Amino acid sequence: MSTTVAPERTTTQTPTLGQGVRGYLERVRGGEMGALPAVLGLIVLCTVFTILRPAFLTPINIANLFTQGAQITVIAMGLVFVLLLGEIDLSAGFASGVCAAVLAVTLTVHGLPWYVAVAAALATGMVIGLLLGTLVAKVGIPSFVVTLAAFLAFQGVVLLLVRGGTNISIRDEVILAIANRNLPPAVGWTLFAVGVAGFAAVQLLRARRRVAHGLPADPMSLIAFRVGVLAVIAGVAVYVLNLERSRNALIVSLKGVPVVVPLIVLLLILWTFVLRRTAFGRHIYAVGGNAEAARRAGINVDRIKIACFVICSTMAAVGGIVAASRGASVDPNTGGSNVLLYAVGAAVIGGTSLFGGKGRVIDAVLGGAVIAVIDNGMGLMGYSAGVKFVVTGAVLLLAAGVDAISRKRAAASGLR
Amino acid sequence: MSETTSTDLGVTPAGRGAPGSGPSEQPILELRGVNKSFGPVHVLHDVSFSAYAGEVTALVGDNGAGKSTLVKCIGGIHPIDSGEYLFEGKPVNVHSPRDAAALGIEIVYQDLALCDNLDIVQNMFLGRERKNGLVLDEDTMERMAAETLKGLSVRTVKSIRQPVSSLSGGQRQTVAIAKAVLWNSKVVILDEPTAALGVAQTAQVLELVRRLADQGLAVVLISHNMNDVFAVSDRIAALYLGRMAAQVKASDVTHAQVVELITAGRSGDLGLTNGNGGAEGKEAP
Repeated sequence: MSTTVAPERTTTQTPTLGQGVRGYLERVRGGEMGALPAVLGLIVLCTVFTILRPAFLTPINIANLFTQGAQITVIAMGLVFVLLLGEIDLSAGFASGVCAAVLAVTLTVHGLPWYVAVAAALATGMVIGLLLGTLVAKVGIPSFVVTLAAFLAFQGVVLLLVRGGTNISIRDEVILAIANRNLPPAVGWTLFAVGVAGFAAVQLLRARRRVAHGLPADPMSLIAFRVGVLAVIAGVAVYVLNLERSRNALIVSLKGVPVVVPLIVLLLILWTFVLRRTAFGRHIYAVGGNAEAARRAGINVDRIKIACFVICSTMAAVGGIVAASRGASVDPNTGGSNVLLYAVGAAVIGGTSLFGGKGRVIDAVLGGAVIAVIDNGMGLMGYSAGVKFVVTGAVLLLAAGVDAISRKRAAASGLR
Repeated sequence: MSETTSTDLGVTPAGRGAPGSGPSEQPILELRGVNKSFGPVHVLHDVSFSAYAGEVTALVGDNGAGKSTLVKCIGGIHPIDSGEYLFEGKPVNVHSPRDAAALGIEIVYQDLALCDNLDIVQNMFLGRERKNGLVLDEDTMERMAAETLKGLSVRTVKSIRQPVSSLSGGQRQTVAIAKAVLWNSKVVILDEPTAALGVAQTAQVLELVRRLADQGLAVVLISHNMNDVFAVSDRIAALYLGRMAAQVKASDVTHAQVVELITAGRSGDLGLTNGNGGAEGKEAP
């Protein structure tokens, strides 16, 4: 019972750092773990692999991790939107394959410039999302079935587009640059400075505005801590990626942040903004939390659902472009085999709930990093693809288990 | 419970027209002769109902009496088949929940009202967020939510940024009611607000209900609990098998009379007569 009066709630009061930390610990104990399992898992995995295979922590391998995880991470970012609704998109992997094939066909068969090809691939993704979303929201077929059907159908569409199993190679410089070129070290440091300064500015301005409005704001120490953590992590990453990683630097120099990294950061900022700062994003959470309450609040639930499927499939298209760039070709297996399950795994490992209503875009990035580390590390250890699949499956199961148990725990402690 | 100023008048049989305690008092919400059928099932027969600003009108009736249907007709979820719908004395057409909301009628449902994964502020503004261009104006929303809760003398929530999932049943009901009040609504309809609550929480919600009326809103309270009804209501409207058995002042009837109205449709000279629908109660003397 909670008729306890809370007199400490004077509006201008600023919580201290200690209160913030205590509140966080309370939430974690109550089952609201957020990104904690993914971050801890990442630290443990990296430590273990580094001890067992020192090659894991070399600059060249770390740069590889980013490009290896990029496609999965981008697709997982889109999947977060569908998972937030409590739905699933099993076709995202092959949707990215279809879009990659469209890109390749537009580039090579029709000989059109890269921007037309990218636009065609993104448009294909949007149309796919529109179709899936309409079938789920308007017709009312469960998303599992709709996207399972699409999973099969898109597999066929990729085959048809690449003419029965041939391999279309991509030679366009711009497309190839996405996953294969690096930023000059100076540009990397500039982006780092802009990013950290921008983050700090956003945090400070928000705290200032809240204080001006007489609302409780985050204490300066907490903001400084956040900015510091970001600066250290990003700084170390940029430093390592800027190291020379060519085996023979005299012939060809290989250093700098891979182009795909700022692309992922940009997408992360964009979708985080959409989810956290716009009414549309708020409505996505509402539909995932309680669709009936959202409907009664005047939210067009069907439109939100369709929009989320469109975002998911469009992000799958971006993932397809990244994959086409990395492989320098598109074949019938682009976006196939483990891509979809890795992407779903990335989102869930990162902390996005399969039950809807809970998740963030950064989850996809953290989870994608975990998946990439497992895949890469096991490869270095010399395990076969079979062992990798088994381990990744086990990790996905573990993440889903953590999700389900933390939900139960949260229900018991009254946090959910 | 606040005193009603005039207790001399009031007993009005069979809900024909307003029971008004004075000629000048006009109901803010009035239904006259409303009928509603679902296919062959005639749910509401010539129902008349009024709600007054500054008063709590309890809507009572047994299961299946038509309370929910009546509320849904008021809220625009079901269109009425025939009859008049007057708001502030003027006939209006209410075809959708948005029409009702535009008039200033808010319904607080017993359940399904809040998103557990959102916090109190987010829930209160759900679907009607304040925006600065494209970006949500969180500060304004938080301040308005805090002011509304303060205006309702709600001090039981620790932080208005805590998720609704962490709230008790009474606190949730409080948030749902505050959400309805936030929009300068004129009529607030509460569907069984105390149904799932404990003793202390019930008292807390009823206090809030009374405060809403004292602030000048017309409150319609649906309840099964006679103690709750008598604790806060100024008027009682009893539905019996889809007919309005009586709409009376709470001070003019006893507990037992209301129970008879609910179970039999009549009590002494109150309630339905044989001619008025033929819903003869078996307890009739």
